[in-house]
Amino acid sequence: GRLAPNMKREYDQCFNRWFAKKFLKGDGSGDPCTDLFKPIKEKEIPIEGLEFMGHGKEKPENSS
Amino acid sequence: MVKYFLGQSVLRSSWDQVFAAFWQRYPNPYSKHVLTEDIVHREVTPDQKLLSRRLLTKTNRMPRWAERLFPANVAHSVYILEDSVVDPQNQTMTTFTWNINHARLMVVEERCVYRVNSDNSGWTEIRREAWVSSSLFGVSRAVQEFGLARFKSNVTKTMKGFEYILAKLQGEAPSKTLVETAKEAKEKAKETALAATEKAKDLASKAATKQQQQQQQQYV
Repeated sequence: GRLAPNMKREYDQCFNRWFAKKFLKGDGSGDPCTDLFKPIKEKEIPIEGLEFMGHGKEKPENSS
Repeated sequence: MVKYFLGQSVLRSSWDQVFAAFWQRYPNPYSKHVLTEDIVHREVTPDQKLLSRRLLTKTNRMPRWAERLFPANVAHSVYILEDSVVDPQNQTMTTFTWNINHARLMVVEERCVYRVNSDNSGWTEIRREAWVSSSLFGVSRAVQEFGLARFKSNVTKTMKGFEYILAKLQGEAPSKTLVETAKEAKEKAKETALAATEKAKDLASKAATKQQQQQQQQYV
């Protein structure tokens, strides 16, 4: 599901701050923005059960 | 059949600037075709990697001929999932992006690896691979195979027809019909049988006469 527009703004701000100042610098203190991440349940877009990074798919290096 | 793409790009910014910008690039003047972007999942792994799944919707721009061929696809935006792994320890980011609708028409998958540029540590290079596939290739192959199979079947029928008519035409006088020829053959057979019977009769009577003559000669 997705975030409502105003919640999205707040979450994005929180995340971007933490990402650049903490996460990328190796601070392992965890994501503080998870509380702000409250997605709406959505049925229109079928994204359930899709493997992360498309794992399990054969990906040929090169095929014409 | 899959179309493969491989490309390399360089951004003249450091890896951490690029990774941070990755999350803030929409909207921008070049992204008018990107309608929405939303994080749908995020987690930090025990080994300090950031996993994210982002859902994007984009306009479905097709050439005019494609719109005419696939009218059902025109009305729907494209839903795209972008999975990513950010590894700050190794200073790399890997993304895998693909469309989850319009898949029967075409699937485009893209895999990117972002890392520090080998020539300049203040820069970031992107190795980009993509695979474009369509099940329509399978349809066109099936149409070809069906066309060939039907053609071969028709060739067999052609040759059988030829053999039939040639057999019909052989052994027959040009001006006569099949029926007349059959009648004539029947008559001829009758005559032959009759002649044979007569001949047999004649031979039999001749033999009988000879026997009588022999018997008479024996009493003198």
